[in-house]
Amino acid sequence: MLKARIIPCLDVKDGRVVKGVNFVNLRDAGDPVEIAKAYDKAGADELCFLDITATHENRSIIFDVVSRTAEACFMPLTVGGGVRTTDDIRKLLLAGADKVSINTAAVKNRGFVREGAEKFGSQCIVVAIDAKEVAPGKWEIFTHGGRNPTGIDAISFAEEVVSLGAGELLVTSMDRDGTGKGFDIALMRAIADSVPVPVIASGGVGTLDHLVEGVRDGHATAVLAASIFHFGTFTISQAKNHMAERGIPMRLA
Amino acid sequence: MSDVAIIDYGSGNLHSAAKAFERAVRDGGSSATILVTSDPDRVRKAERIVLPGVGAFRDCHDGLKAVPGMWETLEGEVARGKPFFGICVGMQLMAERGLEHVETKGFGWIKGDVKVIEPSDSALKIPHMGWNTLDAVRPHALFDGITLGAQGLHAYFVHSYHLAPGDGEQLIATADYGGAVTAFVGRDNIAGSQFHPEKSQALGLALIANFLKWRP
Repeated sequence: MLKARIIPCLDVKDGRVVKGVNFVNLRDAGDPVEIAKAYDKAGADELCFLDITATHENRSIIFDVVSRTAEACFMPLTVGGGVRTTDDIRKLLLAGADKVSINTAAVKNRGFVREGAEKFGSQCIVVAIDAKEVAPGKWEIFTHGGRNPTGIDAISFAEEVVSLGAGELLVTSMDRDGTGKGFDIALMRAIADSVPVPVIASGGVGTLDHLVEGVRDGHATAVLAASIFHFGTFTISQAKNHMAERGIPMRLA
Repeated sequence: MSDVAIIDYGSGNLHSAAKAFERAVRDGGSSATILVTSDPDRVRKAERIVLPGVGAFRDCHDGLKAVPGMWETLEGEVARGKPFFGICVGMQLMAERGLEHVETKGFGWIKGDVKVIEPSDSALKIPHMGWNTLDAVRPHALFDGITLGAQGLHAYFVHSYHLAPGDGEQLIATADYGGAVTAFVGRDNIAGSQFHPEKSQALGLALIANFLKWRP
């Protein structure tokens, strides 16, 4: 039976993890490769790096981080942040990423999703959708960390990018991100029920019940979280056991 | 020569496949060398062959055909009995035909066609993406020492098509996803997994280690 996935996400800037982690004693709590190894050992189902490097000259550091991670971790790795051209995708895949996550570039140019899927296969094209509720039951796509509205309806955007070849959607509620109040379940469910591909729920996890809700009520097949794992509030296995006890099929150690 | 040739034909994540094989070599104390190559001559000299592949059947087929002499070399080496392992679309290419988008001929080493998966439960998403357990249909040397079944180890899948076997004898293991999905096929010196051993942690490394010492 296919299991629901737990995906820790690391924000990486200039090759370093922003804020670091403290869930385990690491020699270097800011080294994404060390952290990736620790999550691999802890039983994470996949790993996600979000590269938030701002300066152009440091953009290539992520390729080395990905390459060193792929040497040490035999688990799926998704890398997002600043993926704008098929050359960016190619370089990340060659470095050892399994999937790339496309955000702003997909909003600006839907054709880029098709181009990526045709060149590299849908299985490696994740479209990251950042949405805010603008009216009850209506969500709009925002870019630049939730600052820029686009006027694009999140559900129809989701359907469109899937029809163009996206193999998976990473849906983040910008209303909930960083609040610890739980996923925007209505948003997750509205998107998951409209597309045939897997949806990763993101934004707002504060408790283990939130993870359960993302899968059970939000119909996501994977849940992404950052701070609850990085800061050691919960371990991956606590999260998995909690979800399994509530009837969600999990890959337990 | 104890080389393992991983075929480079512009498809997929060769880096992680090569790293996983190197790790299995190291852990197993083997002296094998892992070669990522598009040179048919090196493939002929290698002791074992690995064909990875991600993306669409047709693209992988065309990519492989575009490497001068590679398709014929693989046919020749497999016929000579050299151990061969296909991964994901590399495994699907072992079938008679691929029916993804357009009909494309495969190597025809395993009877059957590559078809879209059709889970009985329409709520199940496609691609079949994530960790699933394997159900053994018949024993195989590559699964020696690996616990299968619902309580066994998990393998990482990401695919929308699978090899629907035309000969049940060649089906080694399945995964349950709204019905049986082909997870592993093989006969004689050839074997292939739909899942990604290079991404399947303990199960994957054990499977690769078994391939490295496989004497079919």
